Amino acid sequence: MTRHLLSVADLDDDALRSVLSTATEMHDVQHRAVKKIPTLRGRTVINLFFEDSTRTRSSFEIAGKWMSADTINITGKGSSASKGESLRDTVRTIAAMGVDAIVMRHQASGAAHQVADWFDESGVATSVLNAGDGTHEHPTQALLDAYTLERRLGSLEGKRIAIVGDITHSRVFRSNVLALPRLGAHVTVVAPPTLMPSGVTAWAAADGFALADDLDEVIDSGVDALMMLRVQRERMAGGFFPTPREYTVGYGLTRDRLAALTAHNPDAVICHPGPMNRGLEIAADAADAASSLVLDQVSAGVAVRMSVLYHLLASDGTVEGADLRREGRATKGSHA
Amino acid sequence: MRGHNDLLVTGAAVLGGERADVLVRGGLVVAVGPEATADTAGSGTDVERVDADGLVLLPGFVDLHTHLREPGREDAETVRSGSAAAAAGGFTAILAMANTTPVTDTGEAAEHVLDLGVAAGLADVRPIGAVTKGLQGVELAELGMMHRSRARVRVFSDDGRCVHDSRVMRRALEYVRAFDAVVSQHAQDPALAGPSACCHEGEISGRLGLTGWPAVAESSIIARDAELALHTGSRVHVAHVTTAEGVEAVRWAKRRGARITAEVTPHHLLLTTDLLRSYDPVYKVNPPLRPQEDVDALREALVDGTIDAVATDHAPHARHDKEHAFPDAAFGMLGLETAFSVVHDVMVASGRMDWAMLIERMSTGPARIAGLADHGQTIRPGSPANLVLVDPGAEVTVDPGASLSLSRNTPFAGRTLTGRVRTTILNGRITAADGEVRP
Repeated sequence: MTRHLLSVADLDDDALRSVLSTATEMHDVQHRAVKKIPTLRGRTVINLFFEDSTRTRSSFEIAGKWMSADTINITGKGSSASKGESLRDTVRTIAAMGVDAIVMRHQASGAAHQVADWFDESGVATSVLNAGDGTHEHPTQALLDAYTLERRLGSLEGKRIAIVGDITHSRVFRSNVLALPRLGAHVTVVAPPTLMPSGVTAWAAADGFALADDLDEVIDSGVDALMMLRVQRERMAGGFFPTPREYTVGYGLTRDRLAALTAHNPDAVICHPGPMNRGLEIAADAADAASSLVLDQVSAGVAVRMSVLYHLLASDGTVEGADLRREGRATKGSHA
Repeated sequence: MRGHNDLLVTGAAVLGGERADVLVRGGLVVAVGPEATADTAGSGTDVERVDADGLVLLPGFVDLHTHLREPGREDAETVRSGSAAAAAGGFTAILAMANTTPVTDTGEAAEHVLDLGVAAGLADVRPIGAVTKGLQGVELAELGMMHRSRARVRVFSDDGRCVHDSRVMRRALEYVRAFDAVVSQHAQDPALAGPSACCHEGEISGRLGLTGWPAVAESSIIARDAELALHTGSRVHVAHVTTAEGVEAVRWAKRRGARITAEVTPHHLLLTTDLLRSYDPVYKVNPPLRPQEDVDALREALVDGTIDAVATDHAPHARHDKEHAFPDAAFGMLGLETAFSVVHDVMVASGRMDWAMLIERMSTGPARIAGLADHGQTIRPGSPANLVLVDPGAEVTVDPGASLSLSRNTPFAGRTLTGRVRTTILNGRITAADGEVRP
């Protein structure tokens, strides 16, 4: 029986709450002098990163090590995949070594789902944890965002959160719109029309988030949090917007917008999944402001990933009444 | 190869109409009706009898769009294995797409495919020639040499790629007018989506984080090609139409008098883009599966004649070429063995089409488009005995393991369909019976 975290939709409401609650406990470990708990002793976690990532891979690696798991990193450049091996063969080879979980980052949307399906079909017991698949999802990022925001803002019930930037290509966005509304937040997604995903109008209506193309209007309407997304430099040649300068003028969190944000709501906070393009989507003043939660997000990332690993791999799989070790994926296919 | 014995098909509904016996001799239909049986009496010739009670006898199917992978990828399909799959699927003629390795862009290459088909002896294999050298979309391939070769190529296509340069498309159309050939266009503007497109652009692609082709990438090329067809007076054929907008563009072009024909695949008549939620690469095909409203438009267009033909776009792939992440996996799905069952299930059993229309869309129409005089002919004395017996009452549960293709990438695995091909007859000889070929 395999258990996976591929999408925020894989977590039912109890499980979502439970992961966030356990993360609080794990966060305490981070502040101990000796950051080590025995929870995953004897378990092996492979961080299989086909795509470059520093913070997510480090975060998972630290989370695993602090929980006493044996963690091993494999990157795409050194993997058999770079020699032409199929993805299925690559992951089955790794799973055959008896690992308990594969934390997988892949440049292709759906890759983690496919690996989980292959494991399920062939009875491989290894769990798959999606650490970012193409432009699809990044569930632990959304969980750490929710965790960070709740720690700062309290309950997200009724809170107004705007997600701003390159929505089309953002897995952070896709996971966050599955998490934040379920925690009670009112989410508005802001982007130029060229950076909105196709079909987003129907999608927003179905899933309960709003759309906007004027960032100033959104800020003036009063928000509790602005989640700025990275403009992927490789996208700039794709004709999605004329120039970086024009993007900043239209959608950057500039010094003036920071002032407006604070004027409307002195408690408003700023998030960014990083890495930040200072001066493009976020001004240095905003990135370093007291209201910026950027480093809190990084810190929370370790706690949340510890929580997720705990729920997927700890021996009894239960915590405070919530049971994440469900049989199979309760919501397989419903992530979309 | 066995010789030509007489073949007596008894009790079949001929062309879906009255039950009749049909006698085949020397590769031709020689008698239909009571005289067929009478003719065999005392003729002194060996007669093979086929009991066709409850079956329907039709002209053999003709596929305008088959990928055979030989030369170059014989691990996925060969001309022989593809011909076997064709025979099992009721096809007596298939047109082999040019995107092999090397590309079929010379007379010699075309003759090579033709000869492999003759050697296999299971279907009339006709090569399609590339429009441009190496499918690069820049310089015209040797269109005339291919036509003048023994292969007598009359269909040209860069399928897998769109001939997107208007000037190149214009020249191709002008050039082939000299021998009344047709350019079969993979209508999909590559610039509108970019190289990473792998599915239909819409809400599902947005949610799944996949890059899609918008419908306008198809319809805009069809509209442009219709204008070029009108300008040049040449024939253009739209391969695998998939969108309501594309259908509308074909309809508009026909109204204007353009010499335009179009085909639809069985999978686009049945499957929708919702299947991509599984990220299973078996559903990855180019052009992509579309939403239900497009499927509905395609079905309607097939009935009203806007779409002239069903073509399989049979695209076999070795297992390892599909075992990648969805955006990285190969495009394409099998189609030859399941085509009739899908079309029967979706169009005939549902009451949308009658037998005459099925024949027109799967036999007569495609044979006419490709200029194949020996196929798609009405069953009567003197007509070539390229025939298929189908069982409309039988159900088929698709089993990839039973496929005669060398590949297994069928999107219909496990699906139960009504309507089954029983016997295929090529030039008066049985090539396949109940899914098994007769070499």
